[in-house]
Amino acid sequence: MNIFVCVKQVPDTETKVTPNADGSFIETSSIKWIMNPYDEFAVEQALLIKQANPAANVTVVRVGSVKDTEALRTAMAMGADDGILVEAGDNLDSFSIAKALKGAIDKSGKSADLVFAGKQAIDDDCLQVPQILAQMLNLPSVAVVVGFELTGSTVKAKREVEGGALEVYEVATPCVIACNKGLNTPRYASLPGIMKAKKKPLAQHSLADVGVSDADRRVKYSGFRLPPEKPAGKKFDATDAAKQRDVVAQVVGLLRTEAKII
Amino acid sequence: MDFAISPEQKEIQELALKFARNEMIPVAQEMDEHGTFPMDIFKKAWELGLCNTCIPVEYGGTGFTSLDGVIISEALAYGCMGMNTSFMANDLALLPIVIGGTDEQKKKFLTPFTQEFRIASFCLTEPGNGSDAGGLKTTLKDGGDHWILNGEKMWITNAGYAHLFVVYATVDVNLKHKGICAIVVDPKTAGIVLGKKEDKMGHRSSDTRSVRFNNVKVPKENMLGGVGEGWSIAMKTLDHSRPLVASSALGGAWRALDLSINYAKERVQFGVTISKHQAVQFMIAEMAMKVEASRLLVYKAAWMCDQHVKNTEVASYAKAFAADSCMQITTDAVQIYGGYGYSKEYPVEKLMRDAKLIQIYEGTSQIQRLVIAREVLK
Amino acid sequence: MANVLVFTETNDGKVKPVTLEILGKLTGNTADVAVIGDLAADQVQILAQYGAANVHKLKGAGLEKYSPEGYSNALSSFIKSKNYDYVFAGATSTGKDLIPRLAAVFGAGCASDCTNFIFEGGAFAGTRPLFAGKCLAKVELTGPKPHFVTVRPNALGMPAAPTAGAGAAADVAADAGQIRAAIKEIIKAASTKVDLTEANIIVSGGRAMKNAENFKILNDLADVIGATVGASRAAVDSGFAPHAMQVGQTGKTVSPSLYIACGISGAIQHLAGMRTSKVIVAINTDPDAPIFTKADYGIVGDLFQVVPVLTEEFKKLLGK
Repeated sequence: MNIFVCVKQVPDTETKVTPNADGSFIETSSIKWIMNPYDEFAVEQALLIKQANPAANVTVVRVGSVKDTEALRTAMAMGADDGILVEAGDNLDSFSIAKALKGAIDKSGKSADLVFAGKQAIDDDCLQVPQILAQMLNLPSVAVVVGFELTGSTVKAKREVEGGALEVYEVATPCVIACNKGLNTPRYASLPGIMKAKKKPLAQHSLADVGVSDADRRVKYSGFRLPPEKPAGKKFDATDAAKQRDVVAQVVGLLRTEAKII
Repeated sequence: MDFAISPEQKEIQELALKFARNEMIPVAQEMDEHGTFPMDIFKKAWELGLCNTCIPVEYGGTGFTSLDGVIISEALAYGCMGMNTSFMANDLALLPIVIGGTDEQKKKFLTPFTQEFRIASFCLTEPGNGSDAGGLKTTLKDGGDHWILNGEKMWITNAGYAHLFVVYATVDVNLKHKGICAIVVDPKTAGIVLGKKEDKMGHRSSDTRSVRFNNVKVPKENMLGGVGEGWSIAMKTLDHSRPLVASSALGGAWRALDLSINYAKERVQFGVTISKHQAVQFMIAEMAMKVEASRLLVYKAAWMCDQHVKNTEVASYAKAFAADSCMQITTDAVQIYGGYGYSKEYPVEKLMRDAKLIQIYEGTSQIQRLVIAREVLK
Repeated sequence: MANVLVFTETNDGKVKPVTLEILGKLTGNTADVAVIGDLAADQVQILAQYGAANVHKLKGAGLEKYSPEGYSNALSSFIKSKNYDYVFAGATSTGKDLIPRLAAVFGAGCASDCTNFIFEGGAFAGTRPLFAGKCLAKVELTGPKPHFVTVRPNALGMPAAPTAGAGAAADVAADAGQIRAAIKEIIKAASTKVDLTEANIIVSGGRAMKNAENFKILNDLADVIGATVGASRAAVDSGFAPHAMQVGQTGKTVSPSLYIACGISGAIQHLAGMRTSKVIVAINTDPDAPIFTKADYGIVGDLFQVVPVLTEEFKKLLGK
């Protein structure tokens, strides 16, 4: 069984994001990169399958810059067998990334039985790559998955939708699964795992190698800017119990008359 | 000369920090409050290979250098200095075996620690002998085919949970240092009485007790080195363990610095964040300087160990400087947090309480200065 | 002037409000609406009121329930039969899953989760938040048409005076094609509340809630004002609330009309997830809590005292 896991490297959630000088992207020089948190659930799910089926091979694939390969190294230290890196900039659009991932999977010579990805990357927050990739690979997909069971070649996947309801899908492999928090608890890369990861094969391709060019860009970004700061709000002191009701009534009144919300 | 840690060490550090942030920090306050021994976290850390870093690869260890060990310990102390004391105590107890044990003893005592989760205690200090460790009163008598151990040890970390003790005792108190022996003792042996868990100011999640030995029979083959070699083993152990203990102070100081920076950038007084006030800026600059200087000393002391260069002097620089700096930095962190800093709702008061112990155990800051003075004046 | 198709979903037979928000913003263009399944006459009329020229009801076997493939097959065949420049949909659970796949069928681009847009010389130019709202950027689409856009619910707002359209409704025979991933069962959520990401009002609790039981006072408030209850990461990590309730960078990004933050200090990661809320009310004991820098109305006080009073005052105001 060949399992591919798509991972992305994103700025740490604590990062203070600043637009770059020409507004074409964010300032990336001092960013700490981590594996996209949703991708950790994808890696873990693949490794859980590998635990139950030792013959399974888990390949992690990433499209992105080479200056730091944190995400791939982490995934391999967690237990993935090998990795593929497609060298690219950090601000490719979803279509180009999906096409590069497809190209990398094709180029590996292995046919994918399962493709896992995080439900979204927390940088551009597009939620597109797993679905585009599925369409390109002509595979069914289930996204925002919080429950996963594999029996033989049948997958039962629970997809979380609005209001916390779950759609339970049944689908035969091969398929694409986009994972959400709650699916599992990602393991740590152990120290022996980190040592072993050094010796695991890591293939490296250029975008051209996997058939992607500038002409594949579908989404153009510009004018990166910080969201406008709101003007200072009004603050009321309700620490004195005697004044509490007046203060609260005043705020409720303002919500209707000034903010026109209620 | 290269001040950068290797990419591999960077990864190890990242893992240990992630572990500290996800597993230790969220529960540190509560475990401190209730004095809960961090059994599950300790075990999890062991499973990830973060414990017992001193065990050589030929006995099943991961083959880490002393520098790797301090990088890990620094990161774990970032999570909680108290829990890290429990983790470190294992290394402290196993080091005498690594240093003074025969091949057979190492196989027998070290390898099990790599195969299953086990806890160890280093038993040197006595009720009447702290800094003057050479004046210890615990005795070993020859009982024919075994040794007979008598006496009391004090402030023994992990004692209530240990699977193995390394005990220092003398065959003759009059021989002073020359009579001291290091011996491995099974804590389940008849005649061992544990004291109650100490109710400490800080490091409250670590288990600290007295251990009394009443005619405890210990197999002859458990002695590390020969009779009278204990003192030299203890001193060599300290050369290895001081950078480790210093790294704990470094990790705690680093956390206090990070918390102070974050808080200073959020807290608004006089219409601006307090990070804009020069008085606070100076305190934070001082903290940052001392964290970096501690790190350089700690890493150098560990690196010297790895180079097999005698590091007694630098290890003492590292221990005294990192511990004293940690005390200063955590105290200032409480100051920066103001009233909130003094409250248990916020994490810095615990850091301040935890910092104090590192100036005391493993050779007080004053003993370190004695060692330094002796070395530089000789 | 662009030729636009808006894909709408229904909830209990009613068109989702985000469709009307989009239609309102499309004034000046030709906007058709497509729905999968049937749509009652009153709903068609509402769509017409907001500017729909034609309402296409795609009907066929295999389309009773959502499936990424079935919906995508049906819609792609329909879209191919027409000449749309743009296809819009709400960035709902279905929209976010379906539209990227549909766009890929056309090898076309998709702008996700836009909070605003205009047409510049007939070309779409949108605004969308990135990095969980820490940044905004202009988004444009290039390459083969039609171009696809999903719009965040509640972001555009309802048009004040919409321009009506003809609203000619017609059934379209649609083919779901091969559906490999199909829904076998739907497990309803314990709560019947609107999802956080679609909620118009959110009441959120932080670490200061102290435990899970105390969320009752937030639920009471939420019941009165029709809000959905959320939680900060600190509250979720402390086990007071499930992750599905988490607002913030690693939780849900929300932009309700009203966000009431109770006992939330306002860590960067939380602010990132709710800063686009239209009006923010914060209740906190610490007058210097960062949440107050984002709040339109800050109440310094103990949430356990203030929230019940707030509930009572809202009851009075709403005549409940």
